[in-house]
Amino acid sequence: MKNLMFKSARALAVVAGLVVAGPALAAGDAPHVEKQPWSFAGPFGQFDKAQLQRGFQVYQEVCSSCHGLSLVAFRNLAEEGGPGFSVDEVKALAAEYSIVDGPDDEGEMFEREGKPFDKFPSPFPNEQAARASNNGAYPPDLSLMAKARAVTRGFPWFVLDIATQYQENGPDYLYGLLTGYHEAPEGVEVPEGQYYNTGFIAGKTLAMAPPLSDELVEYSDGSPMTTDQYARDVSAFLMWAAEPHLEARKRIGFGVMAFLILFASLLYFTKRKIWSNVDH
Amino acid sequence: MAGHSTYEPQNAGAKWLERRLPVLSLVHGSFVAFPTPKNLNYWWTFGGIAFFMLVVQLITGIVLVMHYTPHETLAFLSVEHIMRDVNYGWLIRYLHMNGASMFFIAVYIHIFRGLYYGSYKEPREIAWILGVLLFLLMMATAFMGYVLPWGQMSLWGATVITNLFSAIPIVGDSITTWLWGGFSVGNPTLNRFFSLHYLLPFVIVGIVILHIWAFHVAGNNNPVGVDPKSEKDTIPFHPYYTMKDLFAIVVFMIFFSWFAFYLPNYMGHPDNYIEANPMVTPAHIVPEWYFLPFYAILRAITFDIGPIPSKLGGVIAMFGAIAVLFVLPWLDTSKVRSARFRPVYKFFFWLFGFTCVMLGWLGAMPAEQPYVALAQVFTALYFAHFLIVLPVLGLIETPRKVPDSINDAVLGKTGEAA
Repeated sequence: MKNLMFKSARALAVVAGLVVAGPALAAGDAPHVEKQPWSFAGPFGQFDKAQLQRGFQVYQEVCSSCHGLSLVAFRNLAEEGGPGFSVDEVKALAAEYSIVDGPDDEGEMFEREGKPFDKFPSPFPNEQAARASNNGAYPPDLSLMAKARAVTRGFPWFVLDIATQYQENGPDYLYGLLTGYHEAPEGVEVPEGQYYNTGFIAGKTLAMAPPLSDELVEYSDGSPMTTDQYARDVSAFLMWAAEPHLEARKRIGFGVMAFLILFASLLYFTKRKIWSNVDH
Repeated sequence: MAGHSTYEPQNAGAKWLERRLPVLSLVHGSFVAFPTPKNLNYWWTFGGIAFFMLVVQLITGIVLVMHYTPHETLAFLSVEHIMRDVNYGWLIRYLHMNGASMFFIAVYIHIFRGLYYGSYKEPREIAWILGVLLFLLMMATAFMGYVLPWGQMSLWGATVITNLFSAIPIVGDSITTWLWGGFSVGNPTLNRFFSLHYLLPFVIVGIVILHIWAFHVAGNNNPVGVDPKSEKDTIPFHPYYTMKDLFAIVVFMIFFSWFAFYLPNYMGHPDNYIEANPMVTPAHIVPEWYFLPFYAILRAITFDIGPIPSKLGGVIAMFGAIAVLFVLPWLDTSKVRSARFRPVYKFFFWLFGFTCVMLGWLGAMPAEQPYVALAQVFTALYFAHFLIVLPVLGLIETPRKVPDSINDAVLGKTGEAA
């Protein structure tokens, strides 16, 4: 009897451990997020350079009119593990932007051509200006967006995520949002200046008009020019913008894991040898 | 903290030093020749693992401080500077961030090992009390560390927790203002948290030394809970346990690396990648996972208890949940240490483990029904374990026969082999 009691209590504790271990947050009315196939998922994941370049193009031609990317510098676009632009391409790109610098020797601020070391200039000088131009809504900076949004996974997924190394909640959410604009169903009131979206984390409507549409951005590499493809590409690009050292992290991680596993096995046999003359 | 030392300095330099400061014989007596029960299982490696994590946190933390700026307008950006522009800054930062969680995982296992095998009992009460003090200091350090990146959860977590002090009657508001250095969590708060976050780990190191000293006086407890009786029961710490601990630490590093390299943001909250904004409150303010059971206890007290308003009651319950650990050695009336020989205690141990896990889950849930009612049930179970079960159980439980010595237990001369 006691044994049974004990066993059932232990089983309960183990099950509860599985239910709860980790950031089990309140679910609420969070949208359903579909997992997407990403080249950078998994232990050997790497960015698809062509996709990052296309995603950058979408950002530059569409998103950047309202959203900043203030933590990313032009030079980052030519760095290892990124979209793989050449140094010259980045110089030419930076030169298209005008940067406020100064003060000069007369104490005046002045505008100059962008250089690779400059960060992307934001479209609005401050939050108030951004709100004034956007019906009172504030288009957030996108530098960290792919890590700053995630829909709660819920049990048992958040436990399994440890084993599957699922860390793509951010880009999955962004893709879901960008492709989540639909006609509002019967009975759903959409306020003036708001748009119905099934992928939005904080409600059913948001202030951003559908930013993407088919044929909006001219791709030169023959990729489909569809909303779906644009959403994928720009989400991948934003993941890189938020985590520019992702490739190095996974590459070094593999080396570290391989070393540690080998080292641990050697230590295990050494330990067994040392302990072989002890009854324990 | 040495046992007996048989250390004989071999070379001239060691002899010279030994005559003036016998630090070599101290280390030799404590970590080389130290007689250690030969039946310690892998649950005993988590003390060493926790110490290893403390060292990892110190080293990565000291490097991070070289690049971090504790100012409300720069802190968030300086962390991103570390993540993007500092060479291997992302690695140092992810190790530190996940290292905190790993430290807590190791320490929680270490604490539950102590509970299961009765390591807090006579004569190791002081070692246990110092351990609870270490746990408390770790919580303070981790809490203040989480504020430093100055993300949304940093700011709002700090706001919620520091506001708890306002529940203290009469002086509560003054204390809160004093803690903040202002009328809300702001730059002065960030600066003092940074200062204390750098200071407390060194206090922890000091108390760790006392903690080791304290349990080295009586020697390690062990899975059968019987003190070593003869030389047959013990082996020298080195090479046996240095090797076993090293192996366990490397295995733990594999687990650590799994998170730091492949799931670096799993333990964190996405809102902390949004810069702190006092004008926008996040939908759900959740502390780091290792605080969740205590957060659940805090929120479980939704009713006034006599003259005590519910908010103060919650704060008392939360701090009481840790305070009760300090007196645990005197609440447990059983003379038998190890749960191996206490069948009924074994059941309650697992029930207590289940209680803590459920409280952790409830701490992450919104403060609404049925979660509040469940949190109240499990809060009651948490305290009942210490205040009712342990005192009563020692008096009524019939323990199984305890082996005469560690060696007997190892050789299977009584019921259960080690």
